Amino acid sequence: MSDVRLAEAAHAVPAHHEEIGFWRTYVFSTDHKMIGRQFYFLGLVMLIIGGFLAMMMRWQLAWPETAVPGLSWVSEPTLYEGIIPPQTYNMLFTMHATIMIFFVIMPIMVGGFGNFLIPLMIGARDMAFPLLNMLSFWLGLVAGVVMLASFFVAGGAAASGWTAYAPLSAKAVFTGVDWGQNLWIISLIILGLSSLMGAINYITTIVNMRAPGMTYFRMPLVIWSLFVTAILLLLALPVLTAALAMLLFDRTLGTSFFLPEGGGKPLLWQHLFWFFGHPEVYILVLPAMGVTSDILSVFSRKPIFGYRAMAFSMISIAFLSWIVWGHHMFISGMNPYLGTAFMMTTMIIAIPSAIKTFNWLGTLWGGSIRFTTPMLFALGFVSAFVIGGLSGIVMASTPVDIFIHDTYYIVAHFHYVVAGIIFAMFAAIYFWFPKMFGRMMNETWGKIHFFLTFIFFNAVFFPMHFLGIAGHMRRIYNPLQYEFLQSLQPINVFITVSAFLLALSQIIFVVNFFYGLFAAKKVGNNPWQANTLDWSVPSPPSHGNFDALPTVFRGPYEYSSPEVTEDFLPQDRRLATDPTTV
Amino acid sequence: MSEAVVMDAAVEPAESPLTPESWGKLGMWVFLAGDAMSFGALIVGYGLFRVGSSNWPRPSDVLGINLTALMTFLLICSSVTMVLSLSAIKNGDQSGFKKFLSLTVLAGIAFLGLQAYEWTHLIHEGLTLTGNPFGAALFGATFFVLTGFHGCHVFGGVVYLSTVLVQGVRGRYGEHRHNEVEIAGLYWHFVDLVWILIFTFVYLV
Repeated sequence: MSDVRLAEAAHAVPAHHEEIGFWRTYVFSTDHKMIGRQFYFLGLVMLIIGGFLAMMMRWQLAWPETAVPGLSWVSEPTLYEGIIPPQTYNMLFTMHATIMIFFVIMPIMVGGFGNFLIPLMIGARDMAFPLLNMLSFWLGLVAGVVMLASFFVAGGAAASGWTAYAPLSAKAVFTGVDWGQNLWIISLIILGLSSLMGAINYITTIVNMRAPGMTYFRMPLVIWSLFVTAILLLLALPVLTAALAMLLFDRTLGTSFFLPEGGGKPLLWQHLFWFFGHPEVYILVLPAMGVTSDILSVFSRKPIFGYRAMAFSMISIAFLSWIVWGHHMFISGMNPYLGTAFMMTTMIIAIPSAIKTFNWLGTLWGGSIRFTTPMLFALGFVSAFVIGGLSGIVMASTPVDIFIHDTYYIVAHFHYVVAGIIFAMFAAIYFWFPKMFGRMMNETWGKIHFFLTFIFFNAVFFPMHFLGIAGHMRRIYNPLQYEFLQSLQPINVFITVSAFLLALSQIIFVVNFFYGLFAAKKVGNNPWQANTLDWSVPSPPSHGNFDALPTVFRGPYEYSSPEVTEDFLPQDRRLATDPTTV
Repeated sequence: MSEAVVMDAAVEPAESPLTPESWGKLGMWVFLAGDAMSFGALIVGYGLFRVGSSNWPRPSDVLGINLTALMTFLLICSSVTMVLSLSAIKNGDQSGFKKFLSLTVLAGIAFLGLQAYEWTHLIHEGLTLTGNPFGAALFGATFFVLTGFHGCHVFGGVVYLSTVLVQGVRGRYGEHRHNEVEIAGLYWHFVDLVWILIFTFVYLV
């Protein structure tokens, strides 16, 4: 504790920083901006791995049991001269989801942008507990390494789905995966600790360290979203950790918490998992909503429509997310009356989500819209979220869900919501790139990247609705084994080709990213003419962020204000009409 | 610098901090909320296993209530000494602070010793993580997981309070500086409170 507090004090006195060496600056950094970048790069590397796994799955679904080109060197039993065997296919979809959820979206949106933006946007010099913050990243990295290491142990990586339903996941003989699943569990427990530390930091920082004048209702919505996300993380992850510990005991110590033959309850795993799992969905999507709200307002040159409604809808989403988990379990054998209750709460959660969507549209209405790359991606997120949200209401009703449960309709739905987050992620990457690295990515190539991504994203995931309605099950190895699915095979081929093109389109992003890191033109403090405090400091900001802590006079979205000649009015700009102190 | 360490929050102005005296205090409350969720998940799981089981033994037939009542009493007393220790340091009473904090640590160690004795005894009687001669096997599994998870917290608390004690002996705390002691106390009271719930649900009911 004392070290943490010493670090607190050290960071509270910014003016005279001693020179810190390479290791303390780039590796064992306690600076929130560097930790944010570390999480961000971790996520981007994992994105490539997770995407690669998806491409292998798509190959198998389009051209089942044919050799994947270029992979004939992979040794048995993972691949047989390039052909994917069923147990490897199970591993592919399990690890694709696990990596994308826990090691791409969470590190980038929560770990990366959360760390980078919270102190900058609320006007603080660093997080409340910088040392704990560093530990959070390093535990996250260890979790990632353990997860990747599980590919190389005997039996391969986890193959019981990212939901790890017991009893399938509770005994090695059921999937043929022994240590792969154990490492999967251990990795997620470590990641849970990392997230817990992050959540403690985020909540304490936001509650205690806002600059003078930065009241709760002057915080940018992205900070609101990260605040609510941190609360969800704090309360949801420990439940998963407890369940994972029990699962690990079942696998290694011979208990039978989730094994029926020993008196255990497989259904309890589902309840605990989804009690964590549904808030987890909002942990993923809330930061994306926050980012989108900020970017839409900046590039519409208009205040966000219904600021308070936006904040309160996030709070109500967070609250409701605790009482909807059963909609994942309609056909699990749960009491049908309970199913009805979950159906109602799930439909109610559509209300705050719709409030957000209509407020985004209201923000755009009559704005002087600037179609920059971040703006296009933010609009892409809104449209993907609308489609994913609407299909969500469809399957919230139990009778429909019984029909489409575990089909590609579900796959389509959650990719529109969760993979749709990648639009908000790209929006945030393009938008804050100048602040993070001091240079601007190329706008033209950014727009080309957006249009290709948007087109192929929809070409991949929209036809999955049709597959699902036609009865195509998810998580099947070879659709051609089912006579009634054979006529749908052209759709699978179309999806696969689109998926490959979607992946290839990302090469533009990678090139643009490195061009932006090293070669692009340097930019000033505020290239987008935005209002929030992060744009009042140099790009990239120095250690300690602010020369003198800013004073905040107004909300974050005063665009096109009649009080000034410019069309933006930064939060810390004092007008003659403002009080001298707040 | 020492002033800055003492009054870290006051170094720079902030809008409306919830715990202006120390960021750590809010941090600890937040941590405890998360930790309560993990205990909550385990206790709810325990309840569901028990309700769904046909041969769940009566706890008092298997577990020694007298010994654990003594352990509970010890832990409650340690919370009292923790409070007395904090109030002593707030009044600048160094010797009282050290005396009561030492007693708290000792009570924690005694609790762990008694728990080790209890576990050994039960394991000799055949109650293990996987087996239970008195009925449902999950009785043993849930018992060891719940009391073990709590025991880890007590162990962590003993280590934590010991470091606070060592710092106290070095003269780190005083009338104007006692936030660290208070924060450690929050953790200790939480561990105590959780034990009372576990004692009630696992041993008594």
